[in-house]
Amino acid sequence: MSQTSAVLEPPSLVPYGVIKAHLTVATALIIIVVLAGLAYSLQFIDLYPFKGIAFLSPGRVRIIHTQGVAYGWLANAFFAIVYWMIPKLTGKPLLSMKLAWFSFWFYNALVISAVVMILAGYAQALEWGETPTLLDPLISVAVVLIVVNVVTSIWRGRFEPYYVTVWYVLAALIWTPLVYVMGNFLPEYVYAGSGGATITSMYIHDLVGLFVTPIGTGMVYYLLPILLRKPIFSHSLSLIGFWGLAFFYPMNSAHHYLYSPIPMWAQYASIIASVGVHVVVYTVVFNIIATMSGEWKKVAGNVPLMFIAVGAISYLVTCIQCAIQVTLTVQQIIHFTDWVVGHSHLVLFGTFSFWTFAWIYYMVPRLLNTPIYSDSLSNWHFWLSFVGIVVMDIDLLAAGVVQGYMWKNLSPFIESVIASKPFWWVRTLSGVAIFAGSMCFLINLVMTWKNRRRFPEGVVVASGAEVAV
Amino acid sequence: MNRLERFSTVFLIAGFISFLVAFLFLGIWPATMTSKTDLSADMPRKVPAEFQVHYKSVEAYQDGLRRGRDLYVREACWHCHSQYVRPVSGESLMYGNVSTPGEYENELNRPQLFGTRRVGPDLTREAGKRTNDWHFVHLYNPKAVEPASIMPGYTWYFDESTNPPTPTADAVALVAYLQNLGAWVKDVRRSQWDMNAVVLPPTPEE
Repeated sequence: MSQTSAVLEPPSLVPYGVIKAHLTVATALIIIVVLAGLAYSLQFIDLYPFKGIAFLSPGRVRIIHTQGVAYGWLANAFFAIVYWMIPKLTGKPLLSMKLAWFSFWFYNALVISAVVMILAGYAQALEWGETPTLLDPLISVAVVLIVVNVVTSIWRGRFEPYYVTVWYVLAALIWTPLVYVMGNFLPEYVYAGSGGATITSMYIHDLVGLFVTPIGTGMVYYLLPILLRKPIFSHSLSLIGFWGLAFFYPMNSAHHYLYSPIPMWAQYASIIASVGVHVVVYTVVFNIIATMSGEWKKVAGNVPLMFIAVGAISYLVTCIQCAIQVTLTVQQIIHFTDWVVGHSHLVLFGTFSFWTFAWIYYMVPRLLNTPIYSDSLSNWHFWLSFVGIVVMDIDLLAAGVVQGYMWKNLSPFIESVIASKPFWWVRTLSGVAIFAGSMCFLINLVMTWKNRRRFPEGVVVASGAEVAV
Repeated sequence: MNRLERFSTVFLIAGFISFLVAFLFLGIWPATMTSKTDLSADMPRKVPAEFQVHYKSVEAYQDGLRRGRDLYVREACWHCHSQYVRPVSGESLMYGNVSTPGEYENELNRPQLFGTRRVGPDLTREAGKRTNDWHFVHLYNPKAVEPASIMPGYTWYFDESTNPPTPTADAVALVAYLQNLGAWVKDVRRSQWDMNAVVLPPTPEE
């Protein structure tokens, strides 16, 4: 990591301006998507506030929630973090600063158009790909532009062999456009029925497995050694984790439609590959925890480190869950239930959003040359999010088991709805906690921005003081 | 080990090859196994009796089905109602015949609407389980027919200037789509109509 020493960083290496822009959008969107999720959950307990308004119908708001998490909040934050990490790790700037700005405006114009069009009723019938068909080609172009911009920096880079973060980001940047084009065009125009479901299941899993997971893991491999001021525990484990991911994750696909009309051998293959993912997860989580071990006192008071630690535990729990729920026996009960909803919240919020929060708390003081406004707000953000996600996950897993067994014992469907209502109340309350946490986060960042100082005496919190505020 | 950490290795082997192998082996291959090229053949060839008042020709009925499907997608019905019956958990007793790949090879299933969550019941074999009037009331106000239902009412597909509100062409299209789900299974519509004929819920016209 000595390569990234602040002293050596030439001006204009890292595009701090674009990073700030992406982070601003990401921060605004986390509030909106959490709010959308919270509003949607109110439908389940008969308290939905926008009854009878077509463009705020719960079905459409749910799409804003899920799509917003993936393509709004996480994607924007990830672009910012990738723009930050990669030039520092390769020693070469992006291909073009103008291109970075252009893709920022282009991409986010598409995000806003997608929100408007989905609410207006132009959603596409693809899970995690509900962005309207009209926008899909444009989004593909925007993603390719960002990829070309970053990959050029890695290609020209001076520090080969590269650090683990660079492998993860590079592979993710190749996978993302491939996955996006596959998932949004093949089921829409080529394969109907179970053929389409085969491709869609691959897309659903690859979006998490080949876009969110590798960038998220790369982020932690970068940030953890910096925060702890010690190297990652084992380089070999990093290698096994990365190549395991590249080998197993793309084959997980059909486990989203087990017992469906997709050919059974493909379902078996995906189950085996899903169990293989454990090799990946255990190496990564072990590496993170082993790096932290002996440093728990540092972790305890440090919000970014707490977010990383809890994120790592969530990742482990998620994946243990995955191994259990992917088996055909368990699928009989938990498929189609709230169990799966709980699982996806633990992945996208409990793990990857937590790691992203850690990164934002790390970047913002350096971007603004200003310490975070309030430690107590950061702590409130952490604890509210933590309690929220733990309660939500346990609650939804339990709800899923109840629903699954009620269906299996052939109760009338409505009985399972009635039985689920207490769980849905708890889910909404946990959502309120997460929303309150997100508001602490927003207020904290806005106040930090208001208090920003230029070049404070004797304090250089970050390199890149050329940042124009 | 150094080779594994270089641009070219990660770019080619991890980036492209690992993805393409999985894509061909577990994407294209099984997808092609269950696909056929002509998707136009499986639209219904005649207008069911209960829709003849709304649709005068087969073409109009088929357009109605397409429109109904569009609305089903627009309102994301498929997020809460799945469209495949699994061979486990007694689902064939709950919902009807277990799904087979062949029955999804038609225009109305591109993109497919399998769904991954059941907040409401599966709709694969919905055809004829309930009357059209039940569906209209249920779409307008689900609690009118099922007090514990948490489904939202889709009031904007009804003309509320009349009393009681009357279904618009969109509502008719949506119900036509729902009443076509599973209708391709021989006799499913007939037997289910018979089953329900005795207890008809009140309709908005009454």
